[in-house]
Amino acid sequence: MELPPGLTRREFIQAAFAVGLLTGFPPWAPAYARPLVGPAARVRGGPPGPVTMDLAIRADSVDIAGGVGSGITLNETIPGPLVELYEGHDAVLRVTNHLATDSSIHWHGILLPSEMDGVPGVTFPGIRPRETFEAKFPVRQRGTYWYHSHSGLQEQSGVYGPLVVHPATPDPYAYERDYVVVLSDWTFEDPHDVLAKLKKMSDYYNFQQRTVSDFARDVAAAGWQATLRDRLAWGRMRMSPTDIADITAYTYSYLMNGIHPAGNWTGIFTPGERVRLRFINAAAMTYFNVRIPGLPMTVVAADGPNVQPVEVDELQIGVAETYDVIVAPEDRSYTLFAESMDRSGYARGTLAPREGMTAEVPALRKPPLRTMVDMGMDMGGMDMNSMEMGEMNMGGMEMREMDMSGMSGGAMQHGSDPSAEPTHPGHMERMDRSEGDASPDSGMQTAGPVVAKHGPDEHGTGNTSVPRVQRNRLGEPGTGLENTGHRVLVYADLRSDRPRHGATRPPDREVELHLTGNMERYMWSFDGRKFSEVDGPIEFQYGERIRLILVNDTMMEHPIHLHGMFMELENGHGEHLPLKHTISVKPAERVSLLVDAVESGRWAFHCHLLYHMKMGMFRVVRVAGRPESRT
Amino acid sequence: MSLVALGLSLSPVGATAETPAGAPTDWPEPILDSNLRYFVLVDQLEFRGNDGDDLVRWDSEGWLGGDYNKLWFKTEGEVRTSGPSGGDAEFQILYGRTFAPFWDFQVGVRQDVLFGSGPDRERTFAVLGVEGLAPYWFEVTPALFISDDGDVSVRFTATYDLLFTQRLIAQPRIEVNAAAQDARKFGVESGFNDIELALRLRYEIRREFAPYIGVNWLRKLGDTADLAREEGEDVDALGVVVGIRLWF
Repeated sequence: MELPPGLTRREFIQAAFAVGLLTGFPPWAPAYARPLVGPAARVRGGPPGPVTMDLAIRADSVDIAGGVGSGITLNETIPGPLVELYEGHDAVLRVTNHLATDSSIHWHGILLPSEMDGVPGVTFPGIRPRETFEAKFPVRQRGTYWYHSHSGLQEQSGVYGPLVVHPATPDPYAYERDYVVVLSDWTFEDPHDVLAKLKKMSDYYNFQQRTVSDFARDVAAAGWQATLRDRLAWGRMRMSPTDIADITAYTYSYLMNGIHPAGNWTGIFTPGERVRLRFINAAAMTYFNVRIPGLPMTVVAADGPNVQPVEVDELQIGVAETYDVIVAPEDRSYTLFAESMDRSGYARGTLAPREGMTAEVPALRKPPLRTMVDMGMDMGGMDMNSMEMGEMNMGGMEMREMDMSGMSGGAMQHGSDPSAEPTHPGHMERMDRSEGDASPDSGMQTAGPVVAKHGPDEHGTGNTSVPRVQRNRLGEPGTGLENTGHRVLVYADLRSDRPRHGATRPPDREVELHLTGNMERYMWSFDGRKFSEVDGPIEFQYGERIRLILVNDTMMEHPIHLHGMFMELENGHGEHLPLKHTISVKPAERVSLLVDAVESGRWAFHCHLLYHMKMGMFRVVRVAGRPESRT
Repeated sequence: MSLVALGLSLSPVGATAETPAGAPTDWPEPILDSNLRYFVLVDQLEFRGNDGDDLVRWDSEGWLGGDYNKLWFKTEGEVRTSGPSGGDAEFQILYGRTFAPFWDFQVGVRQDVLFGSGPDRERTFAVLGVEGLAPYWFEVTPALFISDDGDVSVRFTATYDLLFTQRLIAQPRIEVNAAAQDARKFGVESGFNDIELALRLRYEIRREFAPYIGVNWLRKLGDTADLAREEGEDVDALGVVVGIRLWF
């Protein structure tokens, strides 16, 4: 077989697997849809210089995830090709739309002129059918990024790919092998049908709901009182603690570099080599827990820029985030395991010294549950070993529109025997549902401190609840990873690798936004208002330093993405605040970010859960004041 | 005149000529978060065996609209399949407005038809109702009806889903009817008219498609029960039901 240039046989076979060449392409697929080259995951680099690249967006019938589906490809592959750019040189990326509808490509995390950012209706009108858009910009950063469609739900259908910027000066860490690891979710359903189902029945895809037998087991483990108290607390709010992911493995296949677990994407290394793995979460809706059993990972970059190295055994990657890790494998194979946060499925690949090797694939762990901390319950600074009930309001999220009078008494009261085991329902669940030998109340001990309380505005009918208290949760590893017994990355670990000039400059102004939603109606918004309900952009003045405060009033994580400018995450590291393009805000969390408004123009600002964005969790930030000076 | 105004509004020199995204007005919206949507639930489509008084019954509702404003329809009814032919049917068309995170207010009209051996009897009502999810996961629907004769009646319905597994779900249901005036032609006296308790056990082959079995117990109350006795009817009925629940 004649191999396409630049590909080894192994890479070609991988690529072919990804797009189904080996398993036969359906005869009804048009000739142009026949994939010739699959996505190569190896980052090759080359002589630095300007890069010109063409990307073609096409509706294809694709062999993917063990079946045949309707997808949208980029240069005939899913994910699209690896785009490699060079810091200090120009990039010319020409995107041609072969769809029957408008399309677009957004360069996620890339600093560029607003009009090149690729968001229809915000930075340009979109790419009409059969038209080509040329994004031309000087590259002024380094690291791991990605690109994706910003039109409709096209991203779910496959319009995403990895983007790597090679640095102008060497990175402060060494490695001999370099791969992108693109994690994504795929469904054979039409994404519009998926959304329609969520609008009609928001727990449609949740097959991990609590049942009568869970109730019986919890009673056996924690007693009637605690179990009833727990069920009543959740029931009163009309929220489900099993609401971890809106869309699950019931419809999703989780892919690694476009390949489903049975396909086993494999990254080959030569023993002795250090391997850089660039994890990119290109999923529409799925958070992943990433680990390589037996192999510690040294995190060296987050969302592109370098961070001071931190060694971990596992990390949770929010939608649209990237993490670069360095690993030093021995002469054996390892499983790259990316478990969906709700643990309904996983993406999997292998890191191996030779082709055809596999390693043990871990079992999925038990699904996690939301806790009273996620509810925003006021724990009142209590001592868990002698709980003072008077201090404690079990109400958690404020009840909306209903009588609050019964809330803090009766069924919600703990027994007050100081010698008793903690009977907090949240604890009970942790004890019961998560493995590991953590102490019963560790769920509470690991919860971050309360930093604020919610004001009187409950954000209208589009928002179901507000957390009574807001916490700093930057030291928490993420849902389900509290008691793993090994090292898990937390946001508080991230430190920029070099001090940033002006990092200690105080902000000129604060902007506070609340992440709001109504799961029952599947409405998502900022401050209770969908995008269609706001009057205009959020205005920043050029040169302003903004403190952007995000408060998550919902019970789910939301990965909030600001286009065009990095956000400095205020995690206490002074001049070493890490830069993020996407910040995953935990339930009932209050996060503070600093933004230097030094990029003129309009920039999209939204939740990167695709269906949340589509349902209204979207705003535009406009940086005004010096547009004429831009070159 | 209007063309001139339109031309001005599209003009790039107009300071306010921009979309909510701050973009030129001829650009598309970046997202469409308020599309028209619909939902149709056939909650009951069942055969009910009532000890020789068997019937086929339906209960369905749905809506067309957006997050805040909806056009609702509701219909329920039954047709006897044994004994004397006949049955009844009810149709409602309602405007629904979201007034709280879990609640819709509904207002509209209801049309009832009783049919059987004699001439059909019809009644029209104005409807004021609320539909939503109460704390502790009860789906409740209280409604007030005012007939074209000025008779006032109320109905309260509540259901609860109890999960045995992710697909095997028991649904207890209660319905209570009460009237402020007599309407003997329709078998109704003032006071509490009837209470209906049911338990259906469904298996969701898909979320949208679930066959079920269950039991249904209807008891007429107070003067309405006396009226039924006078007319030689049963005042209670215990039935076994078999049916399917589906939605799309």
